[in-house]
Amino acid sequence: MFRSLPAWSFLIALFPVCLSAEESKTVDFNRDIRPILSDKCFQCHGPDDKSRKAKLRLDIRESAVGDSTGLDARPDPVKSEKVGVIVPGHADASELVARLLTTDPDEIMPPAKVKKPISKKEIELLSQWIEEGAPYDGHWSFRPLADAELPAVKAKSWVKNGIDHFILAQLEQKKIAPSPEADPSTLIRRMSLDLVGLLPEPERVKRFVADYGRDHDKAVAALADELLASPHYGERWGRHWLDQARYADSNGYTIDGERTMWPYRDWVIRAINDDLPFDQFTIEQLAGDLLPNPTKAQLVASGFHRNTLINQEGGTDNEQFRNEEVVDRVNTTGAVWMGLTLGCAQCHTHKFDPITQKEYFEMFAFFNQGDDVNNVGATVEVSEGEMFLRDPDPKLLGALDQAKAALAALDRDKVKRQEAWEKSLIANDNKDANAPGASWARVKPTKLSAEGGAKLELQKGDSILAGAGGPHEVYRVELAPAKEAITAIRLKLIPHASLPNQGPGRAGNGNIVLTRVEFFQNGKPLTVARAQHDHAQPGFSAAFTIDGKTDTGWAINVGKGTAPGVKMNAEHEAHYVFAEPILASGGPVEVVLRHEANANYNIGHFAFDVSPTAPGAVTEEKLLTTLKIAPADRSDADKKLLTAEFDKADSERRAAVSRIAEAQKAIGLGSSVKTMVMRDLATPRESFIHIRGDFLRHDTETGPLRPNVLAALPAMPDSAKEKALPNRLDLAQWLVRADHPLTPRVTANRVWMRYFGKGIVETENDFGTQGSFPTHPELLDWLARSLIEGGWSMKALHKTIVTSATYRQSSMARPELNDIDPLNHLLSRQNRIRVEAEIVRDAALSASGLFTEKIGGPGVKPPQPEGVYAFTQRKVSWVAAEGPDRYRRAMYTQFYRSAPYPLLTTFDSPDFQSVCTGRVRSNTPLQSLTLANDEAMIELAQGLSARLMQEIGGTDSVANRERIRRAFGHCFSREPSEAEVEAVVAFQEKQMAGFAADAEGAKAVAPEKWAEGFDVAAAASWTAVARALMNTDEFITRE
Amino acid sequence: MDPLLQQTTRRHFFERCGLGLGGIALSDMLARDGFAAAGSPDRNADPMATRRSHHDAKAKNVIFMFMAGGPSHLELFEDKPRLREFSGKMPPESLVKGKRFAFLGKDAKLLGTDRKFARYGESQMELSELFPHHRKIVDEVCWLRGMKTDVFNHGPAKLFMNTGFQVPGRPSMGSWVTYGIGSESRDLPGFVVLQSGPRGPRGGNALWSGGFLPSSYQGVPFRGNGDPILNLASPKGITPERQRDFVDVVGALNRERLGVTGDPEIATRINAYEMAYRMQTSAPDLMDLSDESQATLDLYGATQGGNSYGNNCLLARRLIERGVRFVQLYHTDWDHHGGPGQTLGKDLEKVCAEVDQASAALVLDLKQRGLLDDTIVVWGGEFGRTPMGETRDNKVGGRDHHIDAFTMWAAGGGFKAGMTHGQTDDFGYEVVDGLVHVHDLHATILNQLGLDHEKLTFRFQGRDFRLTDVHGHVVKEVLA
Repeated sequence: MFRSLPAWSFLIALFPVCLSAEESKTVDFNRDIRPILSDKCFQCHGPDDKSRKAKLRLDIRESAVGDSTGLDARPDPVKSEKVGVIVPGHADASELVARLLTTDPDEIMPPAKVKKPISKKEIELLSQWIEEGAPYDGHWSFRPLADAELPAVKAKSWVKNGIDHFILAQLEQKKIAPSPEADPSTLIRRMSLDLVGLLPEPERVKRFVADYGRDHDKAVAALADELLASPHYGERWGRHWLDQARYADSNGYTIDGERTMWPYRDWVIRAINDDLPFDQFTIEQLAGDLLPNPTKAQLVASGFHRNTLINQEGGTDNEQFRNEEVVDRVNTTGAVWMGLTLGCAQCHTHKFDPITQKEYFEMFAFFNQGDDVNNVGATVEVSEGEMFLRDPDPKLLGALDQAKAALAALDRDKVKRQEAWEKSLIANDNKDANAPGASWARVKPTKLSAEGGAKLELQKGDSILAGAGGPHEVYRVELAPAKEAITAIRLKLIPHASLPNQGPGRAGNGNIVLTRVEFFQNGKPLTVARAQHDHAQPGFSAAFTIDGKTDTGWAINVGKGTAPGVKMNAEHEAHYVFAEPILASGGPVEVVLRHEANANYNIGHFAFDVSPTAPGAVTEEKLLTTLKIAPADRSDADKKLLTAEFDKADSERRAAVSRIAEAQKAIGLGSSVKTMVMRDLATPRESFIHIRGDFLRHDTETGPLRPNVLAALPAMPDSAKEKALPNRLDLAQWLVRADHPLTPRVTANRVWMRYFGKGIVETENDFGTQGSFPTHPELLDWLARSLIEGGWSMKALHKTIVTSATYRQSSMARPELNDIDPLNHLLSRQNRIRVEAEIVRDAALSASGLFTEKIGGPGVKPPQPEGVYAFTQRKVSWVAAEGPDRYRRAMYTQFYRSAPYPLLTTFDSPDFQSVCTGRVRSNTPLQSLTLANDEAMIELAQGLSARLMQEIGGTDSVANRERIRRAFGHCFSREPSEAEVEAVVAFQEKQMAGFAADAEGAKAVAPEKWAEGFDVAAAASWTAVARALMNTDEFITRE
Repeated sequence: MDPLLQQTTRRHFFERCGLGLGGIALSDMLARDGFAAAGSPDRNADPMATRRSHHDAKAKNVIFMFMAGGPSHLELFEDKPRLREFSGKMPPESLVKGKRFAFLGKDAKLLGTDRKFARYGESQMELSELFPHHRKIVDEVCWLRGMKTDVFNHGPAKLFMNTGFQVPGRPSMGSWVTYGIGSESRDLPGFVVLQSGPRGPRGGNALWSGGFLPSSYQGVPFRGNGDPILNLASPKGITPERQRDFVDVVGALNRERLGVTGDPEIATRINAYEMAYRMQTSAPDLMDLSDESQATLDLYGATQGGNSYGNNCLLARRLIERGVRFVQLYHTDWDHHGGPGQTLGKDLEKVCAEVDQASAALVLDLKQRGLLDDTIVVWGGEFGRTPMGETRDNKVGGRDHHIDAFTMWAAGGGFKAGMTHGQTDDFGYEVVDGLVHVHDLHATILNQLGLDHEKLTFRFQGRDFRLTDVHGHVVKEVLA
């Protein structure tokens, strides 16, 4: 067994040379030894019995030292063939060491083919450890939280709270002084970016600096409280959480259809703003649906695991993608709460961590019960704003309930009501399309214009003939005031001999696609209650002209389902019935006709009629024919048609729906969507080990598995043990047990990581044996303990961190420490951190003054560069929002997984295909191009430019310098240096001179509007300045 | 190309490239950098700096012509008389037992092809009438007839071919390669993606994603005409001179801050702005085909300002010439199931006509310019098509997705010219000899670039990830 004495003597010879005083300290198994064994040995001599060689385990001391006593008591007894490769206290007698040192290629460990050579230094450490008795210790992160005392420190005056004890103790040990506190302007910008993700207004900075001058600690604490109470705090920290939830607004894979998960996003913001304790936050997201009598909010919270992808591609095997979803839910849960790489155990027992493949699928069994099968599955209806609702007026709630009951009653009586409707139609037999009730009179247009240059000519009989214009023309027609109140307007399409194919439209075949019709009186929009047509191309109803969408509209071609005899190129009409009568005294009515969908499908010849009374429903020929079939003889298609037509005509129901909407609006709610939530099957699925991770190969030998947690961690509570099948609720409650070693550590570490750029455990996503050892293990446990003892309050944890002296240090580099601590593991200073993608935009938004503060609701579409969809299968209609929604925080930007908003991914936003616990941070030329040239960024620079001219008037050199100082205040919360002012002055003057000679260029660069007293060249030059400042490294960096 | 912008760029580049930033020690190495090439320059300072490979490289660059949708090997590359003979009959039970298909029913019958095949060149490679231009390159190309993949849906199968995994979120081959050895281009991205055909490839950006690698390594889509890169053009009203002033003042302010904070990251940012500025010149320069001869344009079937596959193949050569490491082309519309727009008749003929000439032209042009030795050219789709016909609209007009056998080809970069590797059974159903799995293809391409597919790793979520997962063998037989 012992063959390599000469080599060992060589090692002894090395010892005195290599061991410095520092290193002669006792080795720590978890810090020094386990990483070596894990990396070099466990692959073949670790937990995985399938890949184990020579029946040797080195992860268990009994096996390694050949002590068979106690081995039998283990659940997985493995008796080594090689008894005792480690002889405690005798490195020179241990075969382990011999095999590391030998030069014999057949003997040497690790074998050359695994390509993991071991270093001399590592061999020394192992030897020293064996000499010291080869003590083993459980992996640090699996042990209970230590109840560490605050270490003693010398520089007591520096310490603000417990954190600083741990940091300073290590610094003092290395004889390093901490950095001085950052100046107050840096502090407020740092805290604002960290806690709310927005830049502070210059006035707020001024106030803080004054407060700070009076009492540093009080000012910092007050600012922390103020920021933690801001509703934007929930957005900022919600966004971090949404990374882990892999939240997106589309289904992923190739089709990538839209989904409405934003109520879940809103729930997260609300929960974080309310400081919902993290244990409850966990339970509601993992198992809100399994709570007794769950609230709607708790159901929405369970959407956490509905953020998985859905593959809508044709021919997919839904069971395959259901399994993908379940796997993702297991892996995400492991990563988010436990910092474990469970995914490794999907195909085989984990090579490094104590997670067997069986245990993986026992975890899988918790999530294998969902009733969604690669589809939408269970949903709840949520109104915009509902997740933020606070103490609504019970009266208003009562009214809403009533309105909902009324609707339910109508739906109950639907069959009866439809019969009555059918009878009335047959009685009227109004097939001439002159729906009864209206008395139409032609109205004379008084003003005609077209935005794309089409010539609109008034014809005899007050009709209008349109010439060729832009491909997406917008017609504006002002109608002569009527003598009495108008209830309806009729748009009449009239064929004309001069038009292609003698149609009413300008398309080659005579067709039109009218996408939106709007009516205004005195500039105010008039609400249309319903729109109907005498005829429409299938899928192109006149109702689409009032749905606000630009890609749907009214067209008149014939197609499948068109009644016989109906022609495209004939007279057709659309009726617009107003919610309230339009009074003649209100002035003329302006009609706007938009053709946004198909190029050149503009209307050619048309007229308007008005009626004081509303027309009844138009009965199309096809409908009449169907109605005349005796009920008993109607086919399924006939019945479907009648029901569909009734639904369209059912104004009673529409009124009930709009009453609900009104009642909702009164409470502060918008329109409703269905959002996906978790729901378990009534009859549980059986779960098996998937052999090699293949969902088609169930390990029936092992048999069906009972959901269970990892054996290496505390067991599930007894209540769960008694259940036939523990469920997600048991799992969630287990994760937030006070004695769970991982959840509080992982959570505290991730929070820490956001504030310092890296975690105390740098591998924030791997707390297993392959992960890195904490730089400050006692601090991590202290933070984790404080979190639990503080009732899992995240706000309390945030406040502790941002008020610590450690956090408040300056981030200036300390070159003198480059050799001792180049990566600043000891935190002898703060770190400069480039802000996340969303915050790049948010910072620019807040500096620009254009920021819309609205929180939550459906996703929005700010401008994005053209050509994003040149590479996607799915072409999204991306019409940039106008108005307030154009300037919303980046977290509300509609996120398509297959074609994300370019600014976001350019700045390292993940594409949310799977869990992201920590983002990478890169620094690339594409980022520069985006900040420098993106339309959305230029617009914000123009906003800041206008703001600067508004805030500081005058164009002399004093005023210009003052304006530059102001710009620095907005962008960096600080005063510029002289050199900076002069650099910017020179730039501004040169730009202004250039723009003075280039009126066109100046006009393009200047803001749309700006304060008086500046010419266009000056205005453009200030945009250039704003753009330059927003492109500096400092602008997108938290210092 | 604006001459002023070009002039200012050049002048500026030469003045500033020695910017005096070299003295700053850039020590903040990526903590989880699993790539252990010794003496590698700092990734943060210049992610695309060229890095030493694991072993001597046979090739420098890759052009991957991806035929999205899955071309039919049975219509293009493999004549199967037995399949014709049994056309209309049920396939033998042994072939289809336990197999899964995307769309085929249990009653799908074998379908022979009417396409005419002949053998060409010294290598006597078999080609169908659909690929007349490929006849010119039969002796330059290594034909891989034994390809095999794992997945039968487009999205996952494309991900598999591009990233080695079926699920999104892993780095694509181009990302791995630039991560491994950087790129020689200083003013263009190292990994460029070009697309042609009626729509983008299914799977979208996940196909050229950098996955968990730093985002510097993700593929940069270039559009075939107009501004190739998003946000490449300066904003309206910003002339080249103003853009230069802008970059200068931003640089000056950044240098001020660098002086105050001492953070080397700012030096990286300054470099990034300079490179971005150079890209504003070099990218339009790349797209401007006016320096190409008419003969070259004709060879590819490319036109100035065009947006065709031919243009993209020519751009691929121009990118390689400028030092770009990896060019990924996609051409869509190869999904011939039968039914409208997807028949093996005129629809297949159309897409073949779109790619045949330019694919061959690229190989010939690279060879003529002496670039083929350094460049691996790969051609193929995410899978092949079934020997059984697929019925759509009551007509047998297409074939379903087939994962067990299909054909790809590779040229240059040390692949054996004129070799036919691999063989399928009489129906083109299974590989009987010379099987090359997708993982093997990946391993082989990396090998030619001097990279060991087992060593090129990145630690993510506790695991050392590879392009080849835990599989893959270098296919030595196909290497010269």
